[in-house]
Amino acid sequence: MLEIGLGHYLTLGAIIFTIGLIGIFLNRKNVIVLLMSIELILLAVNINLVSFSIFINDLGGQIFTLFILTVAAAEAAIGLAIIVVYFRNSGTIRVEEIEKLKG
Amino acid sequence: MINLDLIFPEIYLSLSIMFLLMIGVFKKNSENLVYNLSVITLVILLALIVNLFSINETFIFNESYKIDKLSSFMKSLTIISAIFVMISSSTYLKKLKILKIEYPILILSSILGMIVMISSNDLIVFYLGLELQSLALYVLASFNRDNILSSESGLKYFVLSALSSGLLLYGCSLIYGFSSSTNFTHIASSSSNVEYGIIFGLVFIIVGLAFKISAVPFHMWAPDVYHGSPTSVTLFFAALPKVAALTVFIRFLYIPFLNLIDQWQTIIIFISIASMIFGAVAAIGQSNLKRLIAYSSIGHMGYALAGLASGTNQGIQSSITYITIYIIMTLAFFSCLFMLRKKNIFYEKIQDLSGLSTNHPILSIALLIVLFSLAGIPPLAGFFAKFYIFIAVIEQSMYFLAIVGLLSTVVAAFYYLRLIKIIYFDKAQEKFETDHNLGLKITLAISISILALYFLYPGILNEIVSKITII
Repeated sequence: MLEIGLGHYLTLGAIIFTIGLIGIFLNRKNVIVLLMSIELILLAVNINLVSFSIFINDLGGQIFTLFILTVAAAEAAIGLAIIVVYFRNSGTIRVEEIEKLKG
Repeated sequence: MINLDLIFPEIYLSLSIMFLLMIGVFKKNSENLVYNLSVITLVILLALIVNLFSINETFIFNESYKIDKLSSFMKSLTIISAIFVMISSSTYLKKLKILKIEYPILILSSILGMIVMISSNDLIVFYLGLELQSLALYVLASFNRDNILSSESGLKYFVLSALSSGLLLYGCSLIYGFSSSTNFTHIASSSSNVEYGIIFGLVFIIVGLAFKISAVPFHMWAPDVYHGSPTSVTLFFAALPKVAALTVFIRFLYIPFLNLIDQWQTIIIFISIASMIFGAVAAIGQSNLKRLIAYSSIGHMGYALAGLASGTNQGIQSSITYITIYIIMTLAFFSCLFMLRKKNIFYEKIQDLSGLSTNHPILSIALLIVLFSLAGIPPLAGFFAKFYIFIAVIEQSMYFLAIVGLLSTVVAAFYYLRLIKIIYFDKAQEKFETDHNLGLKITLAISISILALYFLYPGILNEIVSKITII
């Protein structure tokens, strides 16, 4: 029977983190996907923190996770609001068309 | 019992934010009232912070919050510059019709975040301060919401800043796991044996912080965001978050990770050299003054980091002096920018400066002093700022860093001098309006006189800064 240890959780966290990063850099279509990728990165951090917290027997990590969850919710709300404002002005949220600021 | 006197400034600021929000909600057309009240709030806050100046290193809340000379100095610097930002930009906000009650309240909440960040001695407290600051800044960047440039800059800043917070947090989680504590002091005691997990975490944190102070290679948001946001917000971006982020840089590098100095020194030297060169070269082709100042601020951050790379108290003190003088120069430059106004339109292109000296001799001399100071020409303050950095770097025999710094100063001097040439020798244009409000004039007068007369009394600033010892 395979014993699931700290290494497995950290690998899971690292994989989700990388998916989030790739999602931000390779995404050319939609700004909403960027929001989802940012959320993925934060979730990867949460997985890391919770598993560390269990394995070193310290509650600090879980408290940190709760704070991150709260802040992530606030961040998503502000992000969506900015996207709505941007959509009103430009009529599109395609990433490749966000290029008014160049120089 | 925790001594609440030590965080009285923070409590006072958060209560007054809520109070001002209530005034804004229940009293109709109270924009001006809230704006003026928040300036007064900041003045009182400054008095409360200066009151704590005599306190030596003290920890509160289970060692997660730290009051010392560094935090008191940086907090007062933040608040003084915030006061000047507010009083110099009120006309701009009124003319653009974006003076709403939320504007001063967002500025106050981001200042609260910065203050918490500056004093933090724990990863959780640091993260909360950072996010409170950034969340307010996202909204401020897109504050002119009917303007496509402003909303686009807000969107870009949001995405890249959230990404950098993500990287920073990943670093925090690794450091927490490998040192089993979120407290800086405890991390310091467990990072003496070099573990790969901690080094990995350190690199992620340096990347995240380099994003926040817009150092190369994590600078790509700065020119766009500076260009798109309303000019008053650009001024805020160029000055305040850098102070807070630089303080956190000092705290991270010199408290928990002092034992890993061999590991991070190379990274900081690389970031510093890249920022100095890039800031000097990329600004040459710009036509927008706000974009130009964005590249110039990237270069200046390179110099500030060079001081940190030296690994001595003298280096840290030279960085602190540098950031102080940089903020004064930024305030002076943007006050000049606020004065380029004709019939409610603010001009921000380089060619709008052409022949400024024929119609506006005083404004031109002010711009001349600012630009010479930014270029680092003696005897202005900007020269001394660079001089201290180079002395600190050379004493650690890091000659390469010093030589690259000097060379990029020469390259950067080119575009500052080009602006002066345009102001003094190009064809004159229609006159700008001259009815500026008192706050703007005061800001310009004070900052210019500090820049021009710094060489008479350099001891005043140096004496305060020399009391800040970290190592």
